[in-house]
Amino acid sequence: MDLLGFARGPALKVALAIFCLGVAWRIVGFALLRLRRDLNEPRASILKYLSGGFVAVGSRSWPHKEFIGRTGPGEALGYSYHIGLFAVVLLFTPHIVFLGGLLGVMWPGLPSSLITVISVVTVTLFLAVLFRRVTNPVMRMLSNFDDYFSWFITALVMATGLAATAHIGARYETLLGLHVLSVDVLLVWFPFGKLMHAFYIFPSRAINGALLARKGAIS
Amino acid sequence: MSDATAGLPEAPQARVSGAMRGFAQEVGALSAFRLESCIHCGICADACHFYIATEDPQYTPIWKIEPFKQAYKREASPFAPLYRLFGLKRAVTADQLEQWQHLLFDSCNMCGRCSLICPMGIDVAALIEQARHAMFDAGLAPKELYQKAACQQATGQPEASREPYREQLKAIGTRFGVEIPLDRPEADVMLCVPRTDIEHYPSSVAALARVMQHLRISCTFRSDGLVAENYGYFAGGKSWQRDISLRLIDAAIACKAKILLVPECGHAYTALRWEAADLYGKPLPFHVRHVTEFLADELEAGRLKLGAAVTGKTTFHDPCQLVRKGGVNDAPRALMKAMGIELDELKNHGGFTFCCGGGGGVLDIERAAPLRYRTMENKLREIDDTGAETFLTSCSDCRRTFDDAQQHFNWNKTPHSLLELVSNNLAGAEKPT
Repeated sequence: MDLLGFARGPALKVALAIFCLGVAWRIVGFALLRLRRDLNEPRASILKYLSGGFVAVGSRSWPHKEFIGRTGPGEALGYSYHIGLFAVVLLFTPHIVFLGGLLGVMWPGLPSSLITVISVVTVTLFLAVLFRRVTNPVMRMLSNFDDYFSWFITALVMATGLAATAHIGARYETLLGLHVLSVDVLLVWFPFGKLMHAFYIFPSRAINGALLARKGAIS
Repeated sequence: MSDATAGLPEAPQARVSGAMRGFAQEVGALSAFRLESCIHCGICADACHFYIATEDPQYTPIWKIEPFKQAYKREASPFAPLYRLFGLKRAVTADQLEQWQHLLFDSCNMCGRCSLICPMGIDVAALIEQARHAMFDAGLAPKELYQKAACQQATGQPEASREPYREQLKAIGTRFGVEIPLDRPEADVMLCVPRTDIEHYPSSVAALARVMQHLRISCTFRSDGLVAENYGYFAGGKSWQRDISLRLIDAAIACKAKILLVPECGHAYTALRWEAADLYGKPLPFHVRHVTEFLADELEAGRLKLGAAVTGKTTFHDPCQLVRKGGVNDAPRALMKAMGIELDELKNHGGFTFCCGGGGGVLDIERAAPLRYRTMENKLREIDDTGAETFLTSCSDCRRTFDDAQQHFNWNKTPHSLLELVSNNLAGAEKPT
């Protein structure tokens, strides 16, 4: 079995199994902890505080005007590379074929040349993110192995993908094998580190928004 | 032993370990979710007045709970066995926790501004409150807060006074020529009082009594549940917080009150309005209302009529416990509007207000004063920038913090009570002398 066959065969199966079980356990593991009912009289109706939760999912996507002067550039950088990443993962035709095969549905993609431009921009933004993490005193202090390894493995996936598309450094099959293998590693790491925020972000915003709306406070 | 814990038991490793295990076991699904969700973006720093004033990364709000994240991951997270097996998260040490005392008490007002900025929607302030519980259990609450909480839990008063507060209340009534309703067996509204008002702002106590009398509300103060403040909340002593709240709850039940009225005291509102029922174990058999909420309701119902107040250019400081953590935003503005006041709002107002700097018990911690003053400069600048002649607020602890700043900075503004302004402008009533 060659590298590509291994990467998208048994390695991918194992990685997907660890990903699914790990994600499920990471969610179930804390969801099983005690959840205490709030006995204090709510200010708002249940409908109002549930809608407060939905509103917070959207409103926390961008800083309030009171904060934007301090946090706008950093958040713009963060959202930009996420958008680039999603565009490449979801709208690159070979990815659509691969994911479509797993999910049983297909969707239209972007032209390869545009994807290449987006990829280069995203990789550049990704480097900027790392630069910011190591130079910003607050982020540097907060950062641990999880932050750097999650960055590294995501960057590796992007770099090997770009190399495979551009046929740089080795045979296409080898580069593609390395790309898929890096995806396998990412899937294995996913449940153990901060990449889990992909699953947490919207529920977390919604819960905080609902709890603040319950008090009649802004979220 | 550090100065902060002088007079308290040492915090040996066994006690710290027990407290951290307790934290992890008590963490609950909601807090676990919050701890799991942090992506280390550091954005919360940009909401915190301690960080903004100093640019010191240690004041990043989420960093203030770092040992507790460590304890949670090691003891209670879904992968806790792996963290322990491979030694990926070490047990929190007594030394480490002692260092964190400064971050959790001296440099956090529990104002909740960080909870408003987090892109993941994490309520960082709620985590800090839980962390304070563990610090208390580890014997690491600052001595000023610990001692006041202990005294209040045992006697109902955070400090000994020259004469009992009930006697002081009567004296305030005589001095200001107003009847102080005290120990009535039944009343629709039970009143309580910040000891800050008894000791520093007796005119506010008189104002409350006068307004209630003007509205002909059946109300009473109760000797068995008089003090609004809750030092158990500040110190992180959850069982003491409960005992202190229970004093008021039991008194309100005893006099068959329909409303427990929280005076101008921000954290008392949080403790009674948003936490007391959880500690009581069931919904409270009465409503809890802040005095500005209550008066705004009376205004809306047409029972309260106010005359025009001559205040000139006026600004208002929103106490963070009331507005950001409590949702009391419109009530004070409705009262000011009814008195014809066109408010010159602070740059950061309403839910985005900066804390006065004294909240969360910080005003009581002596060693925290230099940092508190540094942090307050931005707030004072915002107030000055409005050009206001009159500066109002609706929390006596905020008021005391600004009074203290007035002395320290030789600042030319005096904070005034909104309640007192209402009392001075009751339509059809004589102006108090």
